[in-house]
Amino acid sequence: MTEKYIDYETDVLIIGAGGAGLRAAIAAYDSGVRVTVVSKSLLGKAHTVMAEGGIAASLGNLDKQDNWEVHFNDTVVEGVYISNWRMAELLAREAPDRVYELEEYGALFDRTPEGKISQRAFGAHTYRRLCHVGDRTGLELIKTLEDQVLHRDVKFFDELYITKLLKNGDKVIGAVGLKLNSGEFYVFRAKAVIVATGGCGRIYKITSNSWESTGDGLGLAFNAGAELMDMEMIQFHPTGMVYPPGVRGLLVTEGVRGDGGILLNSEGERFMLRYSPKKKDLDARDIVARANYAEIMAGRGTPHGGVYLDITHKGADYIKTKLPSMYAQFKDFAGVDITKEKMEVAPTVHYQMGGIKVDPDTTRTNVNGLFAAGEVASGLHGGNRLGGNSLADILVFGRRSGLGASDYSKNATFQEPSKTDIENEIARVKSFMKQDARNPYEIIEELSQNMSDNVGIIRTETNLQKALITILELKGAASSVGVRGDLKYNKGLLACLEIPNMLIAAEAIVRGALTRKESRGAHARSDFPKKDPKLKKNIIYKRMGDEMKLELRDVPEMPENLKKLVDPEEY
Amino acid sequence: MGKITLSIYRRDPAVDAEGKFVDYEVPTEDGMVVLDAVKYVETNIDPTLSLRWNCKAGKCGSCSAEINYKPSLMCKTKIDTLGDHIRVAPMGAFPLIKDLVTDVSANWDLLKKIPIFTPRKDEPKPWIIAQIDIERSKEFKTCIECFLCQDVCHVVREHSGSGYFGPRHIVKAASADMHPLDTIDRSEFLDASAGLGYCNITKCCTEVCPEGIHITDNAIIPEKERAVNAFYDPISIIVRSRRKKKEAKNNGKQ
Repeated sequence: MTEKYIDYETDVLIIGAGGAGLRAAIAAYDSGVRVTVVSKSLLGKAHTVMAEGGIAASLGNLDKQDNWEVHFNDTVVEGVYISNWRMAELLAREAPDRVYELEEYGALFDRTPEGKISQRAFGAHTYRRLCHVGDRTGLELIKTLEDQVLHRDVKFFDELYITKLLKNGDKVIGAVGLKLNSGEFYVFRAKAVIVATGGCGRIYKITSNSWESTGDGLGLAFNAGAELMDMEMIQFHPTGMVYPPGVRGLLVTEGVRGDGGILLNSEGERFMLRYSPKKKDLDARDIVARANYAEIMAGRGTPHGGVYLDITHKGADYIKTKLPSMYAQFKDFAGVDITKEKMEVAPTVHYQMGGIKVDPDTTRTNVNGLFAAGEVASGLHGGNRLGGNSLADILVFGRRSGLGASDYSKNATFQEPSKTDIENEIARVKSFMKQDARNPYEIIEELSQNMSDNVGIIRTETNLQKALITILELKGAASSVGVRGDLKYNKGLLACLEIPNMLIAAEAIVRGALTRKESRGAHARSDFPKKDPKLKKNIIYKRMGDEMKLELRDVPEMPENLKKLVDPEEY
Repeated sequence: MGKITLSIYRRDPAVDAEGKFVDYEVPTEDGMVVLDAVKYVETNIDPTLSLRWNCKAGKCGSCSAEINYKPSLMCKTKIDTLGDHIRVAPMGAFPLIKDLVTDVSANWDLLKKIPIFTPRKDEPKPWIIAQIDIERSKEFKTCIECFLCQDVCHVVREHSGSGYFGPRHIVKAASADMHPLDTIDRSEFLDASAGLGYCNITKCCTEVCPEGIHITDNAIIPEKERAVNAFYDPISIIVRSRRKKKEAKNNGKQ
């Protein structure tokens, strides 16, 4: 049977329209190639829109001593020495230019009294470094990039879900996708493909992530032969909302602590003085998240199972100006006036430091024609991401991926995808349309509960083994899911398609966490509470047949000139 | 834990000539919003229900709908403010795709037409801008493009042939116009091409904006005033025509 689909040709295909995807589109288009962006959400709705705190860039507008070298050191040290030095260097050097460029695209940052871009303090940044737009920086970033993309001749398909990357030999040559709002299949023929699909936080029950973060890009790339790296490194943000139930996990920006908020337990103690006497509430996220968790576990939590975050002492005017979105969020969703009352917060799954392994300069993967940028790519953040480094990441490496893919595409030719590959893929998607199948949401519920229960902020061999057994069982059950209705705007069908990607992400996280028998950054094992010098390694994940194979690989050696900038590692 | 009855509009235009409201019984919990209730139906009762949402935090503007006839975000509407029978319908101003999902893509075509932010070329970099100068534009930048203002606007809704771009797009133009370093006056474009004159300032758009943007007072009226001053004010017309004559005379001498 011949399946019907719409054939489409482009030089560079970008999957994902968050900050990284849109910045990549601008760079690729401006370098003179045809660019197509596809996203499973509407334009402008990507998870980036939820970013609050700011963009880390060493402009030195408030603290003159700040420069790229300090930013580089902060990034490597807080990544606990397994981040890629070249990516950290590029981020630190290029972030200021990307911020100024965003301003020239039309973003309006808050200002200092002298009229320069304002910068706020954030956890484990030595100086005040986060360029911000109140606490709506992500919204400003994405709307600014959206406007730039709309005014260029970039072809955009929104609400289109890519289900498979097409290959010819060792090269990625395009992709198959389903247009959600019409139910039509598309085949994209492309010289280069950029994956910029964001993270996988929705495999957990309590997460700050929007609905998109189901690890789609990880699954697409892994199945196409790309190496993943350091997947065990899942960041728990210290402060997610805990009440009411419908908003559990929803983020409370680190800007609250950056602007003077303090954490208290139910006894009124400022407990961070105990856990981190020097950096206190503004230590790195892994430290603060674990401290919050420990206080809750010790029975010093709030009635709803969190700790208190208090900023009332700063006064109503200050709070409403600096944190307008937080003020509205607590007022609207929790009925709490944060100018008068304390917030209740607890750690929430927030970010994947791991992801697709990329070349720092070009963001190319180990598969020809395939590039990756943003949260789905790995290397920059190592064991722990600094707040504000993700918005800097998507601008710096979004642009680099656009340039990398564009350069590659200029020397590549279109290749005809195999008809069989296309037909098989369309048949696979359609196979989920069936009566009396298992409800996909049941699998997602079981997976996310399993991850939250067993692969949380503190891990043990026993729990991880338990988690792995459940994941392998769910892999078996994933083919039995299905939905009624038809192909058009069927979210149940979309859930069926997302499940295999979610399971790849989950399996990698658990296998990595079992392999890393130490505590480093965001990865904490109560049975191996110390950092192990022998495990100062990156974990690489590869697909071999239907199996996931892991390998420990040395962290690339830093050149001498950069080594001098970095505080030596202590064990 | 109580329960509510949720009446959800169901229709696939490709199959159904008419839509209908279907009642679902949904258990409730503390702090529940309409989106939680609709998602309960999708997850537990009928996975074929089409709805659109992303962040569930009032930040992305995806889950727009008409809740008890009022254009609202599903994620920001608490059910305990609405009684035990809640009616959820798709936005009526846009073509229906399926159930609660509408086709809002025409908005991107309109956004493409609005002249983009165009900064002064000679401004020394990095730019120095006073905080007070960014405040006016900043209000409009909080727009999350939920298009509820477009949905409630009776010009957009009932006079599709008018060519009026609608409140969201006037806000977009105003945000660029009020950027302290922008060099373009968009009032001519708004007046001549975007149908600004059709807005008769009933302020319905302002009332439904989940971000509390004073759309009418701070964006539409100032843009209308600029357009009036530039193109319809009799004194300005006389001054402009005299200036033109003078310029023509001077040019003639050269």
